[in-house]
Amino acid sequence: MDTILELRNITKSFGKTEVLKDISIQIGKGEFLTLLGPSGCGKTTILRIIAGLEEPDGGRVFLNGVDVTEAEPNKRDVNTVFQNYALFPHMNVEDNIAYGLRIRKTDKKEIAARVAQALELVQLSGYNKRYPHELSGGQKQRVAIARAIVNNPKVLLLDEPLGALDLQLRRQMQMELKRLQKRLGITFVYITHDQEEAINMSDRIAVMRDGVFEQIGTPAQVYDLPKTSYVAEFVGNANLIHGRTIEIKDGVASIEAAGGLVKATVRDKQPVPGMEVTLAVRSENIKLYTCSSQTGIKCRLKEISFAGGMQKIFLQLEDGTEVVSSSLGMNLAFEPNSELYMSFDANHGVLVDL
Amino acid sequence: MKNRTKLPNIYLAFLIILMYLPVAVVIAYSFNASRQSSVWGGFSFSWYKELFSDRSLIEALKNSLIIGVLSSGIAGVIGTLGAVGMAKAALKSKGIIEYISTLPIMIPEIILGMVFMAYFSLMKLPFGMVTLVIGHASFCIPYVFMMVKARLAGIDKSLVEAARDLGASETKVFLDITLPLISPAIISGMLLAFAMSLDDVVISIFITGPRTNTLPIKIYTQLKTGVTPKINALCTMMLLCTLVLVVLANFIGRKKPVKD
Ligand SMILES: Nc1ncnc2c1ncn2[C@@H]1O[C@H](COP(=O)(O)OP(=O)(O)OP(=O)(O)O)[C@@H](O)[C@H]1O
Ligand SMILES: [Mg+2]
Repeated sequence: MDTILELRNITKSFGKTEVLKDISIQIGKGEFLTLLGPSGCGKTTILRIIAGLEEPDGGRVFLNGVDVTEAEPNKRDVNTVFQNYALFPHMNVEDNIAYGLRIRKTDKKEIAARVAQALELVQLSGYNKRYPHELSGGQKQRVAIARAIVNNPKVLLLDEPLGALDLQLRRQMQMELKRLQKRLGITFVYITHDQEEAINMSDRIAVMRDGVFEQIGTPAQVYDLPKTSYVAEFVGNANLIHGRTIEIKDGVASIEAAGGLVKATVRDKQPVPGMEVTLAVRSENIKLYTCSSQTGIKCRLKEISFAGGMQKIFLQLEDGTEVVSSSLGMNLAFEPNSELYMSFDANHGVLVDL
Repeated sequence: MKNRTKLPNIYLAFLIILMYLPVAVVIAYSFNASRQSSVWGGFSFSWYKELFSDRSLIEALKNSLIIGVLSSGIAGVIGTLGAVGMAKAALKSKGIIEYISTLPIMIPEIILGMVFMAYFSLMKLPFGMVTLVIGHASFCIPYVFMMVKARLAGIDKSLVEAARDLGASETKVFLDITLPLISPAIISGMLLAFAMSLDDVVISIFITGPRTNTLPIKIYTQLKTGVTPKINALCTMMLLCTLVLVVLANFIGRKKPVKD
């Protein structure tokens, strides 16, 4: 895979707060990379540095192999969909979208054709002459997408481009964007704090926390094999169970947790026996029994809730740890406050923070 | 509404008695056929006729208009450049510069007038149209500066960034984005400047030449030789012009949305 965009050891502070701490990543041609992280972790700041709207304190930015760290924003073949849309209030929708093309002195007929195409893509055909203040939040957002995408840049930076849309339109736009990205081969750097969106759309996800990348990997990697407890919780909504390694045999670690024994497959990093470890397991992989078996942890059922076709059972371990088990459909075999045993397959248990 | 206070009514009464009643009286008397202001001699346009046949008055009006147009134009350019430049500058002294830019508004006109006179004679400038235009432009700049500055502050910084991101150079951003968004403020600032210039007496008296009369100066000197109702007609005309300008300035200043 050819690298089109590279960030090398980027650091950035605003005043005394370190917003980005040594960010490095290589992004391939035509890749869909998502920056996923909670509010304030520095996602927008990364995009602004790529676009040239913010200068990093340290580190370099390479675009197509060329060091553009000091290049002006208008000299970079990169376009941005801004988080707050930033539509020009004195121009109508059409002029907003055509702005980039006009600067590039594109032929008039071609501009008209491409603007129409872009409007169709964001399902706003016929809105050409409207002014931004005559549009709803979601419509503005779609105009912002059209205005950036119409230029067909090498890299498109999208800062929560679907944040203001309702669920249905959001799904549609996700598919449209993904299809377009595939067809035109544009590299997307995409910000969201919706895990589902990240998992559905991305080739790779970079999970951020407080200005660092916690883990970069394919959706399957960050979802199924989180490296840290933070990624496990943030991306997979996983449960964390603390315990001590007893032995490692045939690539499986036996771990003593409060109330019983569990097993977890050992992957690239090996724990040593006797070591305190944290284990992540997603709620849908937890099975519940009324009696003890060989592996399994004693727990107490606290509460049952039912939403969206999923039953969630809230459990508490002996050391107070809260664990959630979920399953499709309803299962009324368990009573509140009853004592249960939970277990899971060894390959569903992931040792994190090693 | 309970607990009504009489304060607004009292304020309104003062405003009407002190400001608008005299104006109304002047307007009424400009249509008075009688020469004596104490007597109402019936409705007539005769003072307006006399007004427009007075050569020296027309000359003074012409001067005032020329000075107004030139000085508000100059103030428009300098005030705008100043405000735009200051918005971009990252100077430590920015606050001070902005403060001293608007300070002249608070300096008493009589002091400004004397200062200008002293300075122009030091520079050996011939007193007349030139000094009037320079003087008026100077005291008009702060008005344009303030209005443009306020408008600039209201413009979302990400608009400029978006334009840059779409490939526009700094100059292009200024022409395509900033200028259209601040133009209402520039125009209303200039209209205000024009109105200020048109009715200035104090400063003008200090910096005018022996043979140059502006309209307000003309009115002032005629007052000394006794009020004829012609002056009432002139005042009414000027009032009307100023009113139109100020209303226009306010209207243009509010029209277009800066934020969407
Ligand atoms: N111009 C600035 N001056 C000072 N602090 C800033 C500035 N821009 C961003 N920050 C701070 O940097 C941190 C990261 O901001 P950033 O906008 O990158 O967050 P984000 O991950 O995009 O968050 P969100 O999901 O809420 O948009 C925040 O704590 C923010 O307060
Ligand atoms: Mg952000």
